[in-house]
Amino acid sequence: MSAELTRHERPSVAPGTASTASAFRVSDAVVAYDGIPVVRGVSFEVAVGETLAILGSNGSGKSTMMRALLGILPLARGRIDVHGIPLRRFRDWERIGYVPQRLSAGGGVPATVREVVASGQVSRRRRLRRGSKADDSAVDDALASVGLTDRARDSVHELSGGQQQRVLIARALAGKADTFIMDEPMAGVDTESQHALAGTISRLSENGATVILVLHEPGPLEPLIRRGLSLSGGLIVRDGPPQAPTGDCARPGHDHVHPHAGAGTVIGTVPTIEVPRRD
Amino acid sequence: MTELVQYDFMQRALIAAALVGLVAPVIGTFLVQRRLALLGDGIGHVALTGVALGFLTTTSPVLTALIVSAAGAIVIELVRVRARTSGDVALALLFYGGIAGGVLLIGLAPDANSATLTGFLFGSVSSVSQEDVYVVAALAVLVLAVIGFFGRELFVLCQDEEVARAHGLPVRLLSLVIAVTAALTVVIAMRVVGVLMVSALMVVPVAAAQQLTRSFRVTMALATAIGVIAALGGLSTAFYADVAPGATIVLLALAVFSAAVGTGYLVRHRRGRSPSTRFSDEPPSVGTMPQTDRGSVST
Repeated sequence: MSAELTRHERPSVAPGTASTASAFRVSDAVVAYDGIPVVRGVSFEVAVGETLAILGSNGSGKSTMMRALLGILPLARGRIDVHGIPLRRFRDWERIGYVPQRLSAGGGVPATVREVVASGQVSRRRRLRRGSKADDSAVDDALASVGLTDRARDSVHELSGGQQQRVLIARALAGKADTFIMDEPMAGVDTESQHALAGTISRLSENGATVILVLHEPGPLEPLIRRGLSLSGGLIVRDGPPQAPTGDCARPGHDHVHPHAGAGTVIGTVPTIEVPRRD
Repeated sequence: MTELVQYDFMQRALIAAALVGLVAPVIGTFLVQRRLALLGDGIGHVALTGVALGFLTTTSPVLTALIVSAAGAIVIELVRVRARTSGDVALALLFYGGIAGGVLLIGLAPDANSATLTGFLFGSVSSVSQEDVYVVAALAVLVLAVIGFFGRELFVLCQDEEVARAHGLPVRLLSLVIAVTAALTVVIAMRVVGVLMVSALMVVPVAAAQQLTRSFRVTMALATAIGVIAALGGLSTAFYADVAPGATIVLLALAVFSAAVGTGYLVRHRRGRSPSTRFSDEPPSVGTMPQTDRGSVST
């Protein structure tokens, strides 16, 4: 409901550029490793404000597709437009909030939650300067949005898996991302934190953000997904609303989270997540 | 202490050592986070070939070392990204190539002998000339300027290369910046601790600092402080005890590391956090090259 409202509130797109209404437009994309195609001619469109899951098993090509959307892997053939601009010429990457599967430990040099979140502004901040007040307050807001304000000075490696995932979402928010690509956000997150994380993700989409979830299976995020794109063998085998869990929710002990139910109490101090409006 | 600074050579040595102790941990922090702790060692071996080339062509060994080690750093980086052999094998090739080239070339040089070689292998801080001090100071300023300029990008790159790519950062260029900056640092540090122990000053202060800190910035600052203290303390100790300065500096840094491990353990226990749960799953391996990491290729 609220997502619909947000979409209608947006000023109408510039005339003649119908493609600005889609966050991603993929046409006949082929991605290959060493000449072997892993994604073999995939076409789909992701509307602005949509919550989409790219589903598939290992080797289905979903992660490869995700990397191509992020511009990490080149296309062997086909075309990807990001917010109406061909991927090759797209420069506004801070709009795209990539949330990797996990926070990398790297060589073990500690970093605080705040440092990691502020690093999301890497392409916006002036060189050789401290961050501006606006930058700092964007970091504060991002931390508040994911309910980690009180952990800002802690080392990220002291947090739980779910909290680390929220740090990564906050990093994207601090860079003013309005389009999120999340790689298996629930992997390694304990059941308790799954509520908070699902709440964060659902509030992102309620506030008009485009959310692409790359998932092994819908699992606990199922209630959030309005459209599922199943990949198998590098091809789309299904595109549509996820199959209804035929009375599954009625079954006691079903394994997914209802974000609207528990989220408010888990991170009760959290206001709304502000997703920047761009036209 | 007054006796120490009466001698001109000791003044120059102390300045050079302090600059190395200041600069090496700064680039070292990024190298450790990027799991390239041994990169400095690889470049150090290559620098030896550069030194020998300087003697052979009777040009300044520091200058030739600078050129050859920068070229070596670029080769290591390219091999790391492109080659199908694992990164550590590529690095090993450069280790052997660098040291063999150095030994071979220095044998051909007319006015060099094994004592010259030893000076560069293990450092000869007491023979630092006024000109050397200027070169070291200029390179130190250059390294700090590069880190200051690219700092934020390098932080993102060293945290997660994939994220850096998704930000649209020039990952290949930034990797070369790290490699060449490390090469500059190696040449600065070469005169003080020698090519064989060069990366100790890049890695050990960082390894010590990260036992006690939670922030990247603070880790770098503390590592710098440890580096300067170890460099000045080691040099002074070597002066009074008449032992090898390079080795004393490295051993002092290692002593600080041991103390930091103990202190960090106690502090975390007092805070009620068991150190084994700091990292949720696999512990980070400090100071190792990724053994079979061919990059993040998966489907």
